[in-house]
Amino acid sequence: MIDIDKWQEIFHTLKQNKLRTTLTAFGIFWGIFMLVIMLGAGSGLENAVYANLGDFSRNSMFIWAQQTTMPYKGFPRNRQYYFEYSDKKALEQNIPEIEIVAPTVNGGGYRENTLLVHRHKKGNFNVLGKTPDENFIDPVILEYGRFLNEFDLKLNRKAVLLGYRAYEELFDKDENPINKYVRLNGIYFQVIGVYKSKHSGGWGENQNSQVWIPFTTAQQVYNYPNRVDHFSIVVKPEFEVKPVEGKVMAILAKRHKIHPDDKGAFGYNNVGEEFKKMNGLFLGIRGLIWIVGIGTLLAGIIGVSNIMLIILRERTVEFGIKRAIGASPRKIIGSVLSESIFLTTISGISGLMIGVFIIELVNNALPPESEMFRNPEIDFQLAITALIIIILSGMFAGIIPSRRAVSIKPIEAIRSEN
Amino acid sequence: MSQSIIRVNQLHKSYITGSNSLHVLKGLDIDIQQGEMVSIMGSSGSGKSTLLNILGILDNYDKGEFYLGDTLIKDLNEKKAAWYRNKMIGFVFQSFNLITFKNAMENVALPLYYQKVSRKKRNRIAMEYLEKVGLTEWAHHLPSELSGGQKQRVAIARALINNPKVILADEPTGALDTQTSYEVMELFHEINRSGITMIIVTHENDIAEKTERIIHLKDGVIEKEYKQNHSIRYA
Ligand SMILES: Nc1ncnc2c1ncn2[C@@H]1O[C@H](COP(=O)(O)OP(=O)(O)OP(=O)(O)O)[C@@H](O)[C@H]1O
Ligand SMILES: [Mg+2]
Repeated sequence: MIDIDKWQEIFHTLKQNKLRTTLTAFGIFWGIFMLVIMLGAGSGLENAVYANLGDFSRNSMFIWAQQTTMPYKGFPRNRQYYFEYSDKKALEQNIPEIEIVAPTVNGGGYRENTLLVHRHKKGNFNVLGKTPDENFIDPVILEYGRFLNEFDLKLNRKAVLLGYRAYEELFDKDENPINKYVRLNGIYFQVIGVYKSKHSGGWGENQNSQVWIPFTTAQQVYNYPNRVDHFSIVVKPEFEVKPVEGKVMAILAKRHKIHPDDKGAFGYNNVGEEFKKMNGLFLGIRGLIWIVGIGTLLAGIIGVSNIMLIILRERTVEFGIKRAIGASPRKIIGSVLSESIFLTTISGISGLMIGVFIIELVNNALPPESEMFRNPEIDFQLAITALIIIILSGMFAGIIPSRRAVSIKPIEAIRSEN
Repeated sequence: MSQSIIRVNQLHKSYITGSNSLHVLKGLDIDIQQGEMVSIMGSSGSGKSTLLNILGILDNYDKGEFYLGDTLIKDLNEKKAAWYRNKMIGFVFQSFNLITFKNAMENVALPLYYQKVSRKKRNRIAMEYLEKVGLTEWAHHLPSELSGGQKQRVAIARALINNPKVILADEPTGALDTQTSYEVMELFHEINRSGITMIIVTHENDIAEKTERIIHLKDGVIEKEYKQNHSIRYA
């Protein structure tokens, strides 16, 4: 049942001094609004960065061969060497922390393109020799067909997995490419699938312009017997990547006659560490947002509490009269509390709604592939948390003033004006 | 057969302001029967209002006893005090003490609000009481639109709406002209005839004369008290 008298009172007191009410409400509004906007912006930043990373295995590292920087065992410095397929086994057998070692060979050299032809269409693409394990390290979305499998490798099959950009350039729109043949380096390859990258931005563009063939086939076609350009290494989930790094280098150094201290002979990229840094950064940003947001909100709450105290002083006589005609302390406290809760809830919810609205607006205005900012969002749970904070703070802001209202004797309240 | 509605034994009350203590009521004994109409007189500062506030449970006392009916009113918690004020007592103030943003009808209905009577029902009852005090046409006016006499009649209707056992009025005619004062007193008589005990604080002799019993306070004790037949009895 709606208690008309109660609402009449609430509106009456809030209308008494419109400017004061507005300023107070604005304090709460601003607190919630800022919290929502900052959380939305934080999530937008985070989503953009993680979209760029796709589903890349977070517990992994890359390592590739560079020129040696120290002479060793009769070899001069600046010697170019290559990893070999047999390194994979050596690493897997000697380092128990390792889960996957996946080799890649670059067809025609690092970032060198190869001409692909399908009927009258052609294009130059980066061809890479990969193994089926690749899909556990940096998964892609299959648009057509299947991923590479062990038989493709064992049988040196002339099978090709096209990146989406390569598919678009070589095939007609919506044409099913499966089992069709493309000419690669003058040899006919059968298309087994088409993939789309899970990464956003440049990384995704790059991956979509690649063409993947079985690792063994690539060695054969490009005439790289026993050459590996880089290893992607995944560490078992219970281990850290960092300590494995050194062990990997030690084994590879020994196998390729590299000075044990020659770190420059390896290029490496520790994705696990990058992820950790990133996670730490976002945790920091989120923490900061909450501190600032809660601080702003608290200032708003203190504002409401203050205003309630002032309103209460103005209403002392009124409350005294009401108590003289039988209002229980609960009625008086309830009346102050509901006023304060009403003020905070109304202004808090408008802050929440306008904040979410603006985030939606920004979301719609953003280009879908934006690399800086993507899908800023406030999740439902967060919205509810904020709402509960608002209502609790409304109560909190009203408690101290309402306690005061009933702590004095009714006759003192009635006489306080005279 | 009559019985006591208000019984006060050796009532003491002091006000403490800073390090000073002002002994205002110094051992009062009063017994008021159900249905009596009593006025309390005395010079300014003699403690009339202090006594009335204690009887209305708006203030506490230091020593002695105060029985409202059969109940000892002492150190009540605020919830119980509110209940007694609501059910047993109607208060009428010199300065009316109406809620400024509620109209006459809503002001009269307010005590019923605290008894959780529905809005429709309490407004209907309030209209009945406004009719009794002759203000039906003014029901929807705010207090600021009423004259002093009209305001006091609204306040009286508000004090009556709960069917209290006692009405306590602290200088109810203090802010009114003579003609209006008499009208208010006429109203009080009518109320008293319905069986409600009336206690009126005043320092106007002509007002006190309209009651059947007069109690004179002086320096916190009863100086004298007499019935309407003027048989003076010294305390
Ligand atoms: N809240 C208070 N604090 C301190 N002293 C008070 C308080 N209320 C009243 N007094 C003092 O107590 C004494 C009695 O006051 P009270 O109001 O009962 O007098 P009264 O008989 O009603 O006077 P009046 O005819 O002027 O209304 C006065 O001296 C007054 O100054
Ligand atoms: Mg007085």
